[in-house]
Amino acid sequence: MHLELRGITKRFGSLVANDHIDLDVEPGQIHALLGENGAGKSTLMNVLYGLYEPDEGQIVIDGKPVSFANPKDAIAAGIGMVHQHFMLVPVFTVAENVTLGIEPVRSLPHLRVAGRLGLLDRRRARREVKELSARYNLDVDPDAVVEHLPVGTQQRVEIIKSLARQAEVLILDEPTAVLTPGETDELFAILKSLQASGRSVVFITHKLREVQAVADQVTVIRQGKVVEHLAPTATDAQLAAAMVGREVRLRVEKGPAAPGEVVLAISGLTVADDLGGTAVNDFSLEVRRGEIVGIAGVQGNGQTELCESLLGLRPALAGTVTIAGDDLTGADTRTVLRAGVGYVPEDRQDDGLVGDFTIAENLALDVYDQAPYSRGPALRLDALRDIAARQIAEFDVRTRSSEVPVRTLSGGNQQKVILARELSRPVNLLVASQPTRGLDIGSIEFVHKRIVAARDGGAGVLIVSSELDEIYALADRIAVMSDGRIIGIRPPTVSREELGLLMSGAHRDAPAEAAS
Amino acid sequence: MTAATLIPTGRRTVDRQLAAGVTLALLGVMDLALFGLAGHTGTAKFGMSLAGASVHVPDLSLPARGTPIVAGAISIVLGALRIRLDLSPALRRTTMGAAIGLFLVSFLCWAAAGQTLSLVGLLQSTATRSIPIVLGALAGCLCERAGVINIAIEGQLLLGAFVAAVAASATGNLWVGLLTGSLAGGLLAAMLAAFAIAFVVDQVVLGVVLNVFASGLTGYLYDRILVTYQRTLNQPPVFRNWKVPVLGDIPIIGPVFFDSNVFLYLTYGALFLVQAFLFHTRWGLRVRAVGEHPVAAETVGIRVLATRYRNVILGGLVAGLGGAYLTIGSVGAFGKDISSGKGYIALAALIFGRWTPLGAVGAALVFGFADALQNVLSILGTPIPSDVLLMLPYAATILVVAGLVGKVRAPAADGRPYVKS
Repeated sequence: MHLELRGITKRFGSLVANDHIDLDVEPGQIHALLGENGAGKSTLMNVLYGLYEPDEGQIVIDGKPVSFANPKDAIAAGIGMVHQHFMLVPVFTVAENVTLGIEPVRSLPHLRVAGRLGLLDRRRARREVKELSARYNLDVDPDAVVEHLPVGTQQRVEIIKSLARQAEVLILDEPTAVLTPGETDELFAILKSLQASGRSVVFITHKLREVQAVADQVTVIRQGKVVEHLAPTATDAQLAAAMVGREVRLRVEKGPAAPGEVVLAISGLTVADDLGGTAVNDFSLEVRRGEIVGIAGVQGNGQTELCESLLGLRPALAGTVTIAGDDLTGADTRTVLRAGVGYVPEDRQDDGLVGDFTIAENLALDVYDQAPYSRGPALRLDALRDIAARQIAEFDVRTRSSEVPVRTLSGGNQQKVILARELSRPVNLLVASQPTRGLDIGSIEFVHKRIVAARDGGAGVLIVSSELDEIYALADRIAVMSDGRIIGIRPPTVSREELGLLMSGAHRDAPAEAAS
Repeated sequence: MTAATLIPTGRRTVDRQLAAGVTLALLGVMDLALFGLAGHTGTAKFGMSLAGASVHVPDLSLPARGTPIVAGAISIVLGALRIRLDLSPALRRTTMGAAIGLFLVSFLCWAAAGQTLSLVGLLQSTATRSIPIVLGALAGCLCERAGVINIAIEGQLLLGAFVAAVAASATGNLWVGLLTGSLAGGLLAAMLAAFAIAFVVDQVVLGVVLNVFASGLTGYLYDRILVTYQRTLNQPPVFRNWKVPVLGDIPIIGPVFFDSNVFLYLTYGALFLVQAFLFHTRWGLRVRAVGEHPVAAETVGIRVLATRYRNVILGGLVAGLGGAYLTIGSVGAFGKDISSGKGYIALAALIFGRWTPLGAVGAALVFGFADALQNVLSILGTPIPSDVLLMLPYAATILVVAGLVGKVRAPAADGRPYVKS
């Protein structure tokens, strides 16, 4: 199938999300759509999938113009989509999810009415999934309940779902954001085999490495416009410049670490998860002043619980936590913060900011009860505003005023507000979880710079990230976490392959080495 | 390393084991002390068949003091086992069930000491008293599986009861009453659907408002019209019992399950249909998808809002039927607030039954039993004050919801309005 988009324009109020975009996806092509967050990639794909109606422009399939009022039309035309947030019902089985909407029903030879009753034919559904799974080497059990499957497998379920609907063009929206390096390689192999069967793939991403690894053709989108068509042989710098519109440093400049005294010592820490089990198991690690320790690992291996426990947000079942010489095991959050800990939480909207509060109020959330913010029981609003203005300037928060609700800012600017707040106290230790998740390259550059500056200022830094690029860019030592434990500690010169293997839990150091 | 291997069992598991064991033992102590040692001497007789049954089963006689003492001893032993041994989940449930069963037996022995208690009568009354609760819970199931919270079951029962009584009185035709009662429930449900789905009103608040509305409306019409025209508008006939041939003559089971009026049989039908619909048809699969993850359903071409409308209204029809039972299937005339919280109990049954039709029926039977027991006990003349007895079904609801439900999971999108982007 030959898919063309001609002059697609989509406006939301005064914002032009897509501005006369042309895209040409040839049969059997893996076409990468490269762009920063907010460049309009997802909007474009939602237009193509019938979720949005374009204001102008045409979708052309095999030379014939078509229009999609809803996803059903798009599916019927042979377009399949794997969303960034999977469209799977967690409590359903794989077979139920795959056949939802196109369920095979039982027909009885003597009872014509049976078909109209719509009795599910579970056996046939199971067989269909098995066949597709075998044909494309997807290795999915039709009877497994989706919520029990690892994300990589869930993604394959999404792919099967599209294939079961005879998709000829498969759109994948940021498919690798949730995958381990190993799973990413598997996904690329699957995409190649789909390509071999004559299907085409539109691959949305902002990761340069992936474009180079898998794409046949690259279209770069910036601020709703197509800025360039490139071959995948283009260099990192070329791709990044096209995407951002200026020269960017892909890696912050960072001198060698000068580790000092131990500022964070975790020993034998065990933390419960929400389901009555344990998320962190006998975890030991030391972080020194003037170094950045990066915890690499696939999401959901206890990193969230570890950070929450360090901050006093989640009780420890066993073990000790010492920060700057004080035993803070089980201390409450305020005590931990007063000990000089800065914290950038994983989920900035839910845990980092109060969305409806202004920037100024968010900046003072931790210190509102101290001078100069308060005098007696009264809050000094002028001090709040003045200090906010200073911090906004220092941390380059792009806003017209300190008095707008923080939820109206972009992700990158929200993250800058959090950094401004957390780094404006005297900081002995900075704990940052997924500090650049969902940020564009420009903001990533800024956040990384500030984190390195915190290190050079003498703080110990603990970074948790599922992005290997980030770990490599920042860490002076890399600790790999799997199943709540440290699997191994490596210098930043370690190869990607070895890290990937460690993250998958396949390889494990002797406990003595892991604890050191 | 040892710390890590020891800890995962967790303090919580141990605490739970202890708490459950102590509960069992406490039940045993109550059997032993309250109903046994402090109870009456003599025998307790339990009637096993109704008067005029074709096959007569002899009454069951139990020693009124001895039985609770033995039952209590068994429960205490079970409690001790529960604390000492790490039992499998199935065994854990069995021990808890056994202790509760023994407690009931002890209680009944104590209450019926020196008298005869018709056990079949008690069970029969349990089945019929469960009817509105089961139908209410099925209504809730249809709604909530599609993602709309239905607090308005109470109002749907009430309006169904009112309309059924009036329509049956006015026309003299019971079937007209049944049909219009059901439609009245559907009408209130249509209001719920319109406000909840189209106008995105908070569903809990909306449900409560609709209940108050139904109560106020029927109360007003009752005072102003039904009281005056009692004979023409509020004296409906009542569906007669129809014993199922053969099945109705089976001892014990027959009178309990197969000797009632059309409502019990309709309830069976509704239960079967809802269960089959939700779990064995493509429509049911789509309904559940809409209740769990509406966006996912939309992306495969399922019409989320239409599905919700259909299910909420369908549920209202079922609840209206339950309401009709309250008048033309049971006492006849409509009385103010005749539903007396059964809609809320149905809601509890739905949650206790983990949002499945069969589970909800199990829970509804518990509440129906408490209701029936309360009635039997007041006839037997136990020393327990009648007000306390009347509280029994509600107390059972609180106990069940607070203590036994444990961790249940509602449909993920239950109560969350779906707004198309």
